[in-house]
Amino acid sequence: MSARLSARDLTLRYDDRVVSTRLSVDVPDGAFTAVVGPNACGKSTLLRAFVRLLRPSAGVVLLDGRDVRSYPNKELARALGFLPQEPIAPEDVRVRALVARGRFPYQSLLSTWSDEDEHCVAEAMTAAGVADLADRPVHELSGGQRQRVWIALVLAQRTTHLLLDEPTSFLDIAHQYQLLELLAGLRDQGRTVIAVLHDINQACRYADHVVAMRDGQVVAEGPPSRVVDAALITKVFELPCVVVPDPVTGTPMVVPAR
Amino acid sequence: MTAVVLRRGRFSVRVERRTLVVTVVALVVIAGLILLGLCHGAVWASPAKVFAALTGGHGESAVVIRQWRLPRVLAAAVFGAALGAAGAIFQGLTRNPLGSPEVIGLDAGAYTGALVALTVLSGTSGQLVTGAVLGGLVAAAVVYLLSRSGGVFGLRLVVVGIAVNAMLTAVNSWIVLRADLEIAIAAVGWSAGSLNGIGWDDVGVPFAVIGVLLALLASRARSAQQADLGREVAIATGVGLDRLRLQLVFIGVGCTATVTAVAGPIAFIALAAPQIGRRLVAAPGVPVLPAALTGAVLLLATDLLAQVLLAPVSLPAGVVSTVVGGIYLIWLLARKVGRT
Ligand SMILES: Nc1ncnc2c1ncn2[C@@H]1O[C@H](COP(=O)(O)OP(=O)(O)O)[C@@H](O)[C@H]1O
Ligand SMILES: [Mg+2]
Repeated sequence: MSARLSARDLTLRYDDRVVSTRLSVDVPDGAFTAVVGPNACGKSTLLRAFVRLLRPSAGVVLLDGRDVRSYPNKELARALGFLPQEPIAPEDVRVRALVARGRFPYQSLLSTWSDEDEHCVAEAMTAAGVADLADRPVHELSGGQRQRVWIALVLAQRTTHLLLDEPTSFLDIAHQYQLLELLAGLRDQGRTVIAVLHDINQACRYADHVVAMRDGQVVAEGPPSRVVDAALITKVFELPCVVVPDPVTGTPMVVPAR
Repeated sequence: MTAVVLRRGRFSVRVERRTLVVTVVALVVIAGLILLGLCHGAVWASPAKVFAALTGGHGESAVVIRQWRLPRVLAAAVFGAALGAAGAIFQGLTRNPLGSPEVIGLDAGAYTGALVALTVLSGTSGQLVTGAVLGGLVAAAVVYLLSRSGGVFGLRLVVVGIAVNAMLTAVNSWIVLRADLEIAIAAVGWSAGSLNGIGWDDVGVPFAVIGVLLALLASRARSAQQADLGREVAIATGVGLDRLRLQLVFIGVGCTATVTAVAGPIAFIALAAPQIGRRLVAAPGVPVLPAALTGAVLLLATDLLAQVLLAPVSLPAGVVSTVVGGIYLIWLLARKVGRT
């Protein structure tokens, strides 16, 4: 398993609140990685460290063997796409204009809009299923539609790596699976997807690789069929449960016990 | 909304059609106001006379138009644009329509700096601009440091800025009270913010400084727009946010302070122009270009109004803008308070 993106011995903290110490995570290339764990265990914090939103107080994040902090801003933004948990759209912005902002890392002072940009934006909107919303103001959309617009922005960025923090929140169940299918499709095209997912069963169905976290540390990682069992779920979520094969896919399925 | 892509060789931009139309209309209005400003004066000059004067005509009225009226209207246009741009910068950074330089104490700080240059040093044009820029930067640093703990760029910064503004205004009065009578009279007249009596000697350095700052701003405008997406998305799409903010603060303070150094604090333009411009182009965020254009229109109109309201007495433009701005500010505050 090769990993162009990896975290090495990170200490992550907000002022004096330490979230993780000596945290190391490899993100397997061309795979769908799901990060799971209870609320506040440091999943978002880890993703923020990957995309330089948070400076580790120790350790490094490496992309192709180089510290991400040594990359020029736009170059890194052409490699790593990131969708935060709660992005805020500027007032009055329309869908197409917002998605177009995903092209920023490809633009320079003299060339601010190319045919390539136009093409990528159209394709991203189609892939995320928001093409027919293109001329609508973003603030008039439902939470689920808005979430797909943000996904389109990240897709327009055309990065090899997609880091998504809880991309399925706000989506109804049908759109959740649509989005997971979309991410799996991107993975099939060779992209590397890393997503924080809340639904462990969805993670088992779609991810090739699961990273289970608790209290800022990785408790287990590997293919879902190997790492997800009742013992792990009980340890990570403190939820007594049984794990049975998913009737459709055969992947692990968590059923709470009582 | 439709967008047009303008292309010339390697150069290509995507602009909303509406922005393009507003820009053209604003430029026409600005040209019209400049012409009106050149015609108006103690003696009305016909547009034909104005054109003759501009193309090198002779005679007394040509000299008046070229030496007295021209620098004044150009100053109104350039300073208005600078104030509008500075307002857009700070309202964008604070994400608040109240986060305007004159509200958060930057004008007052620049005025303090200029007063020090005037009372302690000899008060040449270069010294005044330098003093004002330094004063503005110190005020910005103080506001920034005091509001740091609370998520920085937000309502807290505005509240701290209002307090700093009040304190600096008091300091300014104190300096004026202690100064020699002659300097104090000059300082007080100047504190109203006025373009009265501005000549070519006064505008050379400021025009150059503002020209450089606005060019820098134009080169940062797209990044600034991208920063409207919030810290996380902005950084993740390749904006060097910390550096950008520092550059923008510097440009914004530079614009405000330079204008203050020459004309005194002119309220309202920086506050209102970005919001009017934003609504005109119906664009997200607080775009800089419409703000600058609106600022130029507002200051040209304000200065003309100041000249005709109590003619033949010419009011300081700052007095007119403060009255109008005060009403706008009360309306804005009432709406903001009502909402939260
Ligand atoms: N901006 C912040 N400032 C201070 N503490 C934070 C901040 N963001 C997150 N935290 C804290 O860090 C811990 C991990 O948060 P987070 O990574 O967001 O958890 P998760 O995404 O797993 O729910 C939590 O205890 C949270 O309160
Ligand atoms: Mg989170």
